[in-house]
Amino acid sequence: MSHAVKPYGDTANDGKVQLSFTLPVPWSEAADEAARQLVAKMGFTDVSVVDGRQIATGFSFFVVYASTTQSVDVDTIKAPSARATAMDMDAVDAFVAERIGRKVRIAGACIGTDAHTVGIDAILNMKGYKGDYGLERYHWFETHNLGSQVAVDDLVRFAKERRVDALLASQVVTQKGSDVKNFTELAELLEAEGLRDRVVLICGGPRVTNLMASELGYDAGFGRGTLPSEVAAFVAVTLAERLARSS
Amino acid sequence: MQLDVDRNSIDRCRALASAIVAPVEAFISAHTTVSVERAVLRLLGVDGIGSEEIPVPNLIVDALTPHERARGAALAFGKAVAETGLDPAPLSEAIALGRYRLSDFADTPDEAARRSLQPHVEAALAHIRSRRDERAALLERLPQLPPPLLYVIVASGNIYEDRTAAVAAVEAGAQIIAVIRSTGQSLLDFVPFGPTTEGFGGTYATQANFRIMRAALDEIGEKAGRYVMLTNYASGLCMPEIATMAALERLDMLLNDSMYGILFRDINMKRTFVDQHFSRMLNAYSGIVINTGEDNYLTTADAVEQAPAVLASQFINQAFARRAGMPDSQIGLGDAYEIDPDLEDGFLYQVAQAQLARQIFPECPLKYMPPTKHMTGDVFKGHLIDALFNLTSVMTKQTIHLCGMLTEAIHTPFLGDRALSLENARYIMNTARHFGDEIAFKPGGTIERRAQDVLTRCERLLDSVASMGLMHAIDAAVFADVKRSPDGGRGFDGVIERAPDYYNPFEEVLRPDAAAR
Repeated sequence: MSHAVKPYGDTANDGKVQLSFTLPVPWSEAADEAARQLVAKMGFTDVSVVDGRQIATGFSFFVVYASTTQSVDVDTIKAPSARATAMDMDAVDAFVAERIGRKVRIAGACIGTDAHTVGIDAILNMKGYKGDYGLERYHWFETHNLGSQVAVDDLVRFAKERRVDALLASQVVTQKGSDVKNFTELAELLEAEGLRDRVVLICGGPRVTNLMASELGYDAGFGRGTLPSEVAAFVAVTLAERLARSS
Repeated sequence: MQLDVDRNSIDRCRALASAIVAPVEAFISAHTTVSVERAVLRLLGVDGIGSEEIPVPNLIVDALTPHERARGAALAFGKAVAETGLDPAPLSEAIALGRYRLSDFADTPDEAARRSLQPHVEAALAHIRSRRDERAALLERLPQLPPPLLYVIVASGNIYEDRTAAVAAVEAGAQIIAVIRSTGQSLLDFVPFGPTTEGFGGTYATQANFRIMRAALDEIGEKAGRYVMLTNYASGLCMPEIATMAALERLDMLLNDSMYGILFRDINMKRTFVDQHFSRMLNAYSGIVINTGEDNYLTTADAVEQAPAVLASQFINQAFARRAGMPDSQIGLGDAYEIDPDLEDGFLYQVAQAQLARQIFPECPLKYMPPTKHMTGDVFKGHLIDALFNLTSVMTKQTIHLCGMLTEAIHTPFLGDRALSLENARYIMNTARHFGDEIAFKPGGTIERRAQDVLTRCERLLDSVASMGLMHAIDAAVFADVKRSPDGGRGFDGVIERAPDYYNPFEEVLRPDAAAR
């Protein structure tokens, strides 16, 4: 049973979308028309340039409404969430005590040259995020926050020396694909060091999706709005399953 | 629109801040750093790169013996000037090529070194004064629009793209352009050389990049009929060198905080305090306005809880800056609009905090930072939050206004984002220009009580820092819940105890108590 959907403006299947963009041309009526034709070339119909104006010498900004003829079958979409395992801090602690029976060693860092620790801090710091305590507060976790600008080599060395169970790599800066490059480097280095199967490998950041994470060879990816307990639950459950398999 | 808060408490806070920085000053005057020494060399005219692209100032300072370093790089360099008869620029070229080593001239008398440097010291100071005069003349001829001065960032990684973005932003109303540095530059113990076209999350701060942007802003400033200010970052391991390059290239503002690098970049506190002091003496002389980084306390922790720490940091930054000879008119103390938008009456707390800073530091050009922490991919809500930030700023008469971007949480700003942001700020600030003059706070109301509460807790915080000592307080995680030890962190190995006959020809002039001032 397929379930095809289109954007909803004010009527089912009208396919209405809004776009805004800048073109490197001075504003004129011809510039408005250029914007309209560009959007039509994208495959949209009923293109209406509702605002067009010069924002600087040689640059114009446009707001456009249009309709799409495309639809998508939502039943065929796969984007598994790593946030499904709902447990709060006490439940996670109890789970680890019962199923793993020792403290889980966790290390997290903002890798590469990225200095934005807001994401990793929200997950790891005692205080947590939105009233949900960070991993440092979990009794059954031994949590190391290595901070910002941690070289991938250093993180892997730390994981090896401390026999870390779960690694959390964070990236906020995504300019020119630096996040994907750094995440890939980390996964590859763990593989090369023969550590990949020994750690639960997690990436996080405002642009990270779980789908992207699995494509990069990670166990999970956590994006914007993630609560620390969601990461904690995933680590505990995944590690317990893995230990059960290998024992 | 005035808050009725306890004036005696403000006076006590100021006295406490002064007592907090005094013992640190004693440490500062007994030490130098590799970066201060490299800045001295740069001021003398040393520039360029040698093998493996190592900057000549680094080549020289790295090659000094510990004893030579403790006496100041100027002395060793001055000996080479005396013996070779070369000016600093050709001499640094010869050193880069490996033709000379400073150790060849170790036996030259100190007096000859000092004498041969004198004309170069005078020339450097005259040059900096001329850049300062030039700024004053330009500001006279091309006056800025009234504050809040709209400040935007450019951060493409490529200085030439940044130039395009900056010019477009000025046409859209920007009055200050900040070129964000490539992420990680604060941790480099050298300043890269030449124009650069690659960077992550920003563009490398180099002297050549400064010059390229300065020229572009001067040109568009003439067209727009108003002077456009240029900002960069004197933070991290190369603070004094960036301050030097900024003085030489007529930058107008520098981000320069007394504790930011320590807390948020894990740079050694002793290194930071010594570097900061020299940088600020130089900033004072060059007429550069510093922007302090109190916004960082709010982005990493809860903004409502951290308000007293912000105010305490403002007092401490002001105390340090005044001791480095900076007048209040050059001390741009920071604050930010970072309270959770879901909090009831959050706007009232924002107004209380901004107005409190305005009243306590009336002569300081306050730097107001936009919401970042609670910005999401919802650009529509983001644009609304920015609008309230703009309203708070114009109401409470902030001076330097960093425009918030609706795409703050998504990417470094697009050209169109900047235009929308500037339009938002211009609309709000125009429509509410004199709103703050027309209203009064309800005596004993929520805003006034909040302001008094922040002040009271700030005084308590400063009191405990004063009794612990600043270095110990940082070690005990009093600020931003971050713990840093006095001998830990990056760059500690670059802190040098001064020999009794330490020589720094610039400091002698720049010191606030120097007769020349």
